[in-house]
Amino acid sequence: MATAAAHHTAQQTGPQAYGAQSGVPDTACGTDDTAAYQRAFDAAVAADERVEPRDWMPDAYRATLVRQIAQHAHSEIIGMQPEANWITRAPSLRRKAILMAKVQDEAGHGLYLYSAAETLGTSREDLLDKLHTGRQKYSSIFNYPTLTWADVGAIGWLVDGAAITNQVPLCRCSYGPYARAMVRVCKEESFHQRQGYELLLALSRGTPEQHAMAQDAVDRWWWPSLMMFGPPDDESAHSAQSMAWKIKRHSNDELRQRFVDICVPQAESLGLTLPDPDLKWNEERGHHDFGAIDWTEFWEVLKGNGPCNEQRMTQRRRAHDEGAWVRESAAAYAAKRNDEAGAGRG
Amino acid sequence: MTADVTVHLAALALGDDALVLSHRLGEWVGHAPVLEEEVALANIALDLLGQARVLLSLVGDEDELAYLREERAFRNLQLVEQPNGDFAHTIARQLYFSTYQHLLYAELAAGHGPFAPLAGKAVKEVAYHRDHAEQWTLRLGDGTDVGHERMARACEALWRFTGEMFQPVEGLDVDPERLQEAWLDSVGDVLRRATLTVPEGPRSGAWAAGAGRQGLHTEPFGPMLAEMQHLHRSHPGASW
Amino acid sequence: MTNTDWPLWEVFVRSRRGLSHTHAGSLHAPDAELALRNARDLYTRRGEGVSIWVIPSSAITASSPDEKDPFFEPAADKPYRHPTFYEIPEGVKHL
Repeated sequence: MATAAAHHTAQQTGPQAYGAQSGVPDTACGTDDTAAYQRAFDAAVAADERVEPRDWMPDAYRATLVRQIAQHAHSEIIGMQPEANWITRAPSLRRKAILMAKVQDEAGHGLYLYSAAETLGTSREDLLDKLHTGRQKYSSIFNYPTLTWADVGAIGWLVDGAAITNQVPLCRCSYGPYARAMVRVCKEESFHQRQGYELLLALSRGTPEQHAMAQDAVDRWWWPSLMMFGPPDDESAHSAQSMAWKIKRHSNDELRQRFVDICVPQAESLGLTLPDPDLKWNEERGHHDFGAIDWTEFWEVLKGNGPCNEQRMTQRRRAHDEGAWVRESAAAYAAKRNDEAGAGRG
Repeated sequence: MTADVTVHLAALALGDDALVLSHRLGEWVGHAPVLEEEVALANIALDLLGQARVLLSLVGDEDELAYLREERAFRNLQLVEQPNGDFAHTIARQLYFSTYQHLLYAELAAGHGPFAPLAGKAVKEVAYHRDHAEQWTLRLGDGTDVGHERMARACEALWRFTGEMFQPVEGLDVDPERLQEAWLDSVGDVLRRATLTVPEGPRSGAWAAGAGRQGLHTEPFGPMLAEMQHLHRSHPGASW
Repeated sequence: MTNTDWPLWEVFVRSRRGLSHTHAGSLHAPDAELALRNARDLYTRRGEGVSIWVIPSSAITASSPDEKDPFFEPAADKPYRHPTFYEIPEGVKHL
């Protein structure tokens, strides 16, 4: 039964496993109740309370969260690939350890986020299936290649920097499990951006070849990083509703501006140039002005025409498919043990 | 040989084992059969890399040793350089090696030799690696038919690299015979519990010149080193 | 559940002696032994715990609040209204 009451009935569901299929009370509850639930929900969100899995929530809120958390989780998992590309070639053992720990964290973050999504009544299997069949997306930034070692640094500094700018406000997202996952993610990611910055600094202060490598990486990653904040506010499909629901706390353009302002002095300290001739301080606004973003490229990469879309998905699907026999065998082993235990009791 | 020299040789042997196996496990990143295993394999790889750095630093500069030695100067076991293969091959390699490493480090940790402090810390990490390998050997061996078949094939394929672990290594104050007995008992027990049979083939190659501990490696090792070393070698003298 | 779909487990971690186990999150595993090990790798890889419990999510029975309570219950039992309820990473500004 798809009633609101179903959410509140303790069936065989753990704290992570509630999300029934629909949050809309059926006629048994009546439209008055729905309206009351809706009013209560709106009031709670307005009062900055957290929504928890067993609470009534509008279907659209649930669907938005599933889409966003899933996309976030997928991004962590796909995002492992460009950096893992350099684990086997890391130029010192110290860097190799750092990189491996960082990519491992990303797998962990994917897991936290899939768990958060599962509290909304979906399953990891289903989410992965949607990723593998292209029905859910991941951040387009990971469709760019890591061509040199310096790209590992640029990803840490710029891509993780942009991600953190996006994520810190999510620690206050209205949906409790997502907010809690983000607190954990932000805490663990604090080293990710620093290691990238430090890596680039070593290159920038290194040999002329290393310096050039660092500059080249920043040249290639700067604009895609700015695109990570999503389309401009007036073209962003989901922004207004997400802001009203306090899933999102700041607009795309606001966060992008914040990021640019943070990066300019950091680039100076690095001794590297940001590839934008229009980048300059605007005294009046109290912010940096910056050049026009190539949104055609953004939409094209999103559509699947980026340099690595095909490659990323192929690798992900292959890992999943080639791992099927492992997951099956472990499940079969567990089933045998359960049968034995059952037989022992019987 | 002086005591220092033999300690260096032993540190190289153990350090190279850890370095090379860590590298192989690092190749799994992004390819593991399930996300939880991404985290687990990376954990093991990181533990091993940490051990390698401590051991190589006993001998000299860790990066010079890792990145600037030629293939023939590496002293790791041939077992650890074997390609990952499927997940069963990786687990069989882990089972064989981590059982050996755990038994060895437990003994070193209990002694008073130069490796006692390192082994004291590493033995806890390695106990977990061994447990991980055993758990997975059971689930692959005694799960589905496909799992069983793949695990049996992997155990068989890597069996011939297991004898080398029990060659005496200068500078290591352990009794290889005793180690080998304990290893055979333990691995045999795990395999039997996993409904697998203990392979019957030879446990070392017929090449009288030796194996990894003598700097004689298998062909897949060269390409692995080339990949590992190329960036570092492309920028002589650079710091990273 | 398909044959490759591992069940969900809830993970509780005791962060140090003297404290009780608290809910850390969830994960998938085929059985309890692997769930414990996965939990160790995932939730304590920075030394966050000294003891772990794993419980199949399906084995947890939750309280059944009044049908219409979610946002009507007294504010007193909503500690999460207070900023101190939240663990904020060091160095995070503007929170």
